[in-house]
Amino acid sequence: MIVNLIEFLKQRAQLVKLLCYIGIALIVFWSAVAVDTHHAHTWLEKIPGFWSLFGLLSCIVLIFFAVWFGKAGIQTREDYYDN
Amino acid sequence: MTTSFIHPALILICGALLLPFIKDPFRKPYLFLVPFLTFIDVLYLSQHHGTYGVFTFMGDWTLTFGRVDSLSLVFAFIMALMSIIGTIYGLHVEDEWHHVAAWFYVAGSLGVILCGDYLVLFLFWEMMAFASTFLVWFNKEEGALAAGYRYLLVHTFGGLILLLGFVLRYQATGDLSFTHMDESNMQLYTWLIMIGLMLNAAVPPLHSWLPDAYSKATVVGAVFMCAFTTKTAIYTLARACAGFDVLIWLGVFMAILGIIYAILENDIRRLLGWEIVSQVGYMVAGVGIGTALAINGTAAHAFAHILYKGLLFMAAGSIVYATGKSKLTELGNLYSKMPLTLMFMLIGGLSVSAFPFLSGFVSKSMIISAGFEEHLLIPAFLLTMVSAGTFLVAGLRLPYLIFFGEDRCSAETRAQACDPPWNMTMAMAIASFFCIIVGCYLPFLYDMLPFQDVHYHPYSSYHLSETLQILALTALGFYFFKDRIGAKATISFDLDWFYRKGGQIFLWLARKPIQAIDTAWGEVYKVVGLSSLMTTAKFWGWFDWHGIDGVVDGTARLVRNVGGRLSRALQRGQIQQTLYFTISFAAVLLFAFAWL
Repeated sequence: MIVNLIEFLKQRAQLVKLLCYIGIALIVFWSAVAVDTHHAHTWLEKIPGFWSLFGLLSCIVLIFFAVWFGKAGIQTREDYYDN
Repeated sequence: MTTSFIHPALILICGALLLPFIKDPFRKPYLFLVPFLTFIDVLYLSQHHGTYGVFTFMGDWTLTFGRVDSLSLVFAFIMALMSIIGTIYGLHVEDEWHHVAAWFYVAGSLGVILCGDYLVLFLFWEMMAFASTFLVWFNKEEGALAAGYRYLLVHTFGGLILLLGFVLRYQATGDLSFTHMDESNMQLYTWLIMIGLMLNAAVPPLHSWLPDAYSKATVVGAVFMCAFTTKTAIYTLARACAGFDVLIWLGVFMAILGIIYAILENDIRRLLGWEIVSQVGYMVAGVGIGTALAINGTAAHAFAHILYKGLLFMAAGSIVYATGKSKLTELGNLYSKMPLTLMFMLIGGLSVSAFPFLSGFVSKSMIISAGFEEHLLIPAFLLTMVSAGTFLVAGLRLPYLIFFGEDRCSAETRAQACDPPWNMTMAMAIASFFCIIVGCYLPFLYDMLPFQDVHYHPYSSYHLSETLQILALTALGFYFFKDRIGAKATISFDLDWFYRKGGQIFLWLARKPIQAIDTAWGEVYKVVGLSSLMTTAKFWGWFDWHGIDGVVDGTARLVRNVGGRLSRALQRGQIQQTLYFTISFAAVLLFAFAWL
């Protein structure tokens, strides 16, 4: 059943992609327009779509920092500790 | 009241001791029954708060085995539940010693959670360390033996620091009770105790043992290990060090460090190990914040974490069990072969990522909210950033690289890949069920939390929108940059380099420079020392021959003559007479001894 579902979605990859984009847009739109930011802890959070930007930046910063960190000498060959 | 208290650890220990004598067809029911009884015992205790099992030891020490209160109970509950799930997951393991080690390990954890003083704590603390080492050693994989030794040495070191700490504390205050320490009066022993506890929570720089050992444990052993050591340590930190500011920053650093290494990692169980470091970072920060909401959050997150991390380790274990492979570079596109494992891994991954209606959503945000409420803005924002990273790693990168994307499996791996046996599937289903229950039915977890007068509502529209935005945009970021963090056959340097390479440097030193010095010294000795030694030896030889031997030989001749006559008088070849003289002599000696 699970396999069939995945196959079904894979055959319609473009549609799935489009639906995902629409989903993301709806979340951002709903958050920016309809959600009460009364309980926000800082003024930053009152900027419309603040957490979207924060999420995207976090993801990109973590990916690029990790890649840089790995290449800066932290990553090495797998048999490094073998004698 | 005391008579009605049965320590849950006692049930497991007795169960473990009897296990080798239980044979089929009773073995599997017995394996289920013992942790189940332990769980029932904990449920019973949850209705009877109080202090039990108090003994006086060596005159003036009081040992407390059963401190049952709201903080210890929430941890005891989840540990007992996890012992059932873990044992079901390992039902197929034939080697009974594996179960014995696992149960002793859980017993150690329950013992630490319910203890009231440092002596009992130390006893169970060491029991945990030793029992869990066997869960690594039982793995026949190459490198597991060495990893087990490293794990044991590091934990013995941590145990000694803890021992030193509480002995110094006893010397200074005369108090052995395991209670909250005073942050305004930090002594050397306070630091030592905290460091000893922190080592088990894998707080940097004492964290390297965790990914190292957990990735080398047996498939079932790793499921046990991921739940007990760090979360028991979190309990002890919450008990002794709540509100220590230094823990906030250590926790935040830990959360970031764990996620960075997890992004780089190639071994799936090591990746999950790094993610434990990251998630336990939230709990350490929660302990550091120390308010009622933060401690509630820490307990809740530990509870949720044990379930979803157990689930993730079970799913990863199923892959290792089926294929024998644990590297992302040797896996990929397995969704059609292991669909159930995929589903469980996704539930675990989405739970850890704090997806709404799953367990992480209702626990993690409590700690972050406590941070915001205390105006610790930078730690709170950094922890929120890490929650994006958590989704990136456990919800996206891990399932994507194992089940989708490029097929990097060998033909053999692909042929072997299949969903695990019924018991492993059942254990994963139970853990998934609890992940969903915790996320959907709030009173289940929230009614157990230590501070009942603090209220927290995770399902506000603001919190929902914040979480959904972060998750959605993280997914978008992953979609665009996923190739940058793909599978790569590397390992990452960590602080374990110092003791792994340190040992080799010591060996090299012993082989090369120290050996050279020894050889040179031998030469010098031969040239300078030996001739003078020979002259001296010749003199002592002459003295020995003519001086000492003369005296000794004279004495010997005297003794021989006297002895010969005496023995001719006493020993006439009749055994009775000989016995008579011997016993009489012994009797006289005994009498003289008694009389004098």
